[in-house]
Amino acid sequence: MSVLNVRNITKVFPGTRALDGVSLSFESGKVNALIGKNGSGKSTLVKIINGAYMPDGGTLDIDGVPMAFENPSDAIAQGIATIYQEMSLIPGLTVAENILIGRYEYRGFLVDWKRTYAKAQALLDEMGIDLPLREPVVNLSVWQCQVVEIVKAMSFRPKVLLLDEPTSALARHEIEILFKLIRELKKKDVIIIYITHRLHELWEIADTSTVLRDGVATGSVVMSKAQPKDILNLMFGDVQARLRPADLSISDETVLEVSEFTREPWFHDISFTLKKGEILGIAGMLGSGRTELLRAIFGADQSESGSILLDGARISHPSPWDMRRRGLAFTPEDRKSQGLVQILSIKDNLCHACLDKVSPKGFVDRKLEIQYAAKQIASLQIKTSGMDLPMTSLSGGNQQKVVIGKWLNAEPKVIILDEPTRGIDVNAKQQIFQIIWDQSRRGISSIVVSSELEELLEVCHRILIMRLGCFIGEVRPENVTIEQLYSLCMGGE
Amino acid sequence: MVRKQFDLSRFSKKYMMELILVFITLVLIFTAPGFFTLNNILNIFRNVALAGVISFGMTMTIIGGEIDLSVGSSIALSAVLTATITGALSKAGIMPMESAVLVAMVCALVIGICIGLVNGFIRTRYGIPTFIITLAMLNVIYGSAALISKGFPVTTLPDWYNWIGAGQLFGVFPVPALWLLIVFAITYVIMNLTRFGREVYAVGGNPEAARLSGIHVSFVKITIMVVVQILAAFSGIILSAQVMSGSSTFGRGYEMDVISAVIIGGTSLNGGIGKVWGTMIGIIFLGVINNGMTLFGVGDFQKYIARGLLILFAVLLNTIQLQSLHQAKVAKCD
Repeated sequence: MSVLNVRNITKVFPGTRALDGVSLSFESGKVNALIGKNGSGKSTLVKIINGAYMPDGGTLDIDGVPMAFENPSDAIAQGIATIYQEMSLIPGLTVAENILIGRYEYRGFLVDWKRTYAKAQALLDEMGIDLPLREPVVNLSVWQCQVVEIVKAMSFRPKVLLLDEPTSALARHEIEILFKLIRELKKKDVIIIYITHRLHELWEIADTSTVLRDGVATGSVVMSKAQPKDILNLMFGDVQARLRPADLSISDETVLEVSEFTREPWFHDISFTLKKGEILGIAGMLGSGRTELLRAIFGADQSESGSILLDGARISHPSPWDMRRRGLAFTPEDRKSQGLVQILSIKDNLCHACLDKVSPKGFVDRKLEIQYAAKQIASLQIKTSGMDLPMTSLSGGNQQKVVIGKWLNAEPKVIILDEPTRGIDVNAKQQIFQIIWDQSRRGISSIVVSSELEELLEVCHRILIMRLGCFIGEVRPENVTIEQLYSLCMGGE
Repeated sequence: MVRKQFDLSRFSKKYMMELILVFITLVLIFTAPGFFTLNNILNIFRNVALAGVISFGMTMTIIGGEIDLSVGSSIALSAVLTATITGALSKAGIMPMESAVLVAMVCALVIGICIGLVNGFIRTRYGIPTFIITLAMLNVIYGSAALISKGFPVTTLPDWYNWIGAGQLFGVFPVPALWLLIVFAITYVIMNLTRFGREVYAVGGNPEAARLSGIHVSFVKITIMVVVQILAAFSGIILSAQVMSGSSTFGRGYEMDVISAVIIGGTSLNGGIGKVWGTMIGIIFLGVINNGMTLFGVGDFQKYIARGLLILFAVLLNTIQLQSLHQAKVAKCD
C-alpha cells in the first residue's frame, strides 16, 4: 500500500487564492473522491498533482518520498497518470495503436504488428477488459474511448491515477461499465483520485470523499458512514442566502412562450412562458439538456417539434439570423470559440450583432460604430486601453462583457445567457448580475443557465429544474435552500 | 492620452511591403534600361490587369475563409462563350455583330454567377471545402470551354470590342488598367465601408461566432464565391477583347498568380485577416518584379523561381509582422 500526501499546498492566481494550505492524503487500493463546486479549487489541485501547475507553497510526497515536477511530462515519468474529460486519443489509429503509441514492438526498422497487438491484448487481459483492438478509435463510443484512455494510462504502471470527471459525457449504462472497471483497478496498487461534481456517484464508486470549498479542504468522509446532508454541508457551509434587489418587478405581459419543444435525445416536451422583465433560471446538472435547449430556442441547432411564440409571432423553425431580428439574444457557453471573433478588434466584436444599426443603408457609419462600442465599454465597465485592440487582449470577465455588450447593442427583448459567469472572477460575476438586473428594470427578460446553483438563487425571479431533458419542477429562490435545489437537480431524495 | 509620436520601427513594420516595393522600384529606375518610361510603367499595369481584377475578388473570398481555384478556367470559359455566342447570333442573322457581343458578354457574366452560386451552394449545404469543390470545377469548366470552342480559337468579334482589352484612354492610358482601378475602388469600398464587408471579416474570422451573432453566414459565403466568379468572367471578357478571340487555353495557371498577389498583400489563408489595399500592393509587386526581370533579359524559368521565392518571403514577413504587432498590442494592455 502507498499513500500520496499533499502537504500545505498553496496556489495563488492574480486576484484569488485558488488553494490555501491544503493538506490531504490519498491511499492506494481505494477510490478517493474529490468533490466541490466550480471554483472550489479541485481542478487546481489536480493540476498541481499532475505537474501542470507549480504550487506556490507546500509539498507532495508518495510514502515520504518527495515529488516535485517541472512540467506534466515530468509527472508522467514519475508515475502520475491523468484521464481528462476531453479525448486525447488519435481518431484514425486503432485501439491497440493508441494504447501503445510510441511504444510499438520493432523488428529492425519495421513495426512488428503481431507482437504489438499481442502486447496490447495482454494489457486488456490483465484488466479483464474486452475491446476490439483492431478497430479505429473513431468508430468507438465515448465510454469505450474512456476505457482505452484508462488502459493506456495503466500500461505505464502509474502510482497515481487521476480521473477528472470521467462520467460527464456518458450515459447511465455506460457509467456502470466504467465503474466496474474502476472497481477492478482498486485491486492494483494504485492511488485512484476521482474528481466529480455528481454527488450521487460518490456512494456508488468512492470509498472516501474529500470536499474542497473556496480553496480549503473542508473535510473528508468515509462513504459507508456518510449522508448526502453531510457532504452538502461541507460543500456549501453556512452560505448567506443572497437574493436579487427588491425593486425588480415582472410585468404581466408574456414575451416568450415555448411549447412542446423537442429535440431528441436532448430534451422533450419543454413548455414554459417568460414575462417581460422576468429573470428565469434553468437549473440542471451537466448533461441535463439545458445548453441544447437554449441553443435550439435561439435556432443555433434544429429542433424537431414544438413552437416558439416570441412577442406575439409564432416561429416554428428558428434560425439565429431570424431570431436576432425578432429580438432574441444568445450568449453561448463557450465564449472563446462561439461568442467572439478573437482576431478582430473589441469594437468590431461589439458591433457584430447590430451591423444593421451601424450601417443603416448598407454603408457603415464609422462614427456610429464607435458610438455603439463606446456605449457598452462605458456602461458595462469593460477594462481596455482601446477599442481597436484585439479581443485576445482582454481578460475572461471582460470578454464575457463584450459578448453581452454585443447583444445589448442589438436591443433585444429577451437575452439567453448560457453559463455567463464561467471562468470569471468574483467581481466580474457581480457586475454581470448587475447587468442582468439592469436589463430587467428596463423591461428586458433573461433566461440564465448556470452550473452554480447559488448564482441562480441570487439572480433569478423563478427557477425551472431540468433533469434528463425534462422540466421536473419550478421553484422560487425565496422558498428554497441551496441544498434543496441541489438535490432536486440531481434527483436525490 | 499622450499625443501619438511618429514611431519609425512601428511604421516600417506596418508598411514593410510598401517600403520594399518602393525600394525595388527605385533600384530598377536606376539600373534597368527603359524601366522608368511612361510606356513601360503603363505596360506593367496592363500586364497585371487580367489577374489583378480577379485578385480583388479573391481577397474577399480568402478573407471570408474560402478560396476559388477555378478562376483560371473561368477566364477561358468566359472568353469562349463571348466569342462563340457573338458568332452564333450574328451568323444566324438574329442581330448584328455589334449588339450580339453585348448579349454574349451578359451571358458570360451570368454563367460566371451561376458557377459561383453552385460553388457556394455546395459549400454551405454540404460543408465540402471550397478548395476541393473548385478544384473539381476547374476541370469541369476547362472541359466545357474546350467542348464549346471545339478545341479551336473562336474569332468572330467586332472591332470596337478590341477597345475593352487593348484600347487606350486619352491615347496613353491602357483600358485594362482602368478596369483594374475601378474594381479596386469597388472592392475597397465594399470591404471597408459596407455592412457586407464587416460580415465577411466576421465570417472569415470565426464562422460559428458570426452565425451565433445573427449574421447570415451562408449568404455571405455564397456571395463571395459569386463575386470572385463574376470578376473571373469579366477578366475573360477583357482577355478575349485583347486578342480578339476566345480559346479554351486561356487563363491556364492564372489562379496561382491571383492567389499569389493576395498572399503577398498580407491576406491570411486562415480567413478574417487581410486588406484590399494590400492586394493592390501584391499585384503591383508581381508586375514590377516580372517587368524588371524581363528588362534584364531573365529567362522564364528563372522568373518562376524568383516568383516562388517572393511568395515565401512575403508570407514569412507577414507572419513575423503579425506576431510582433500582436505582442506589442497585448503588451500595451498589461
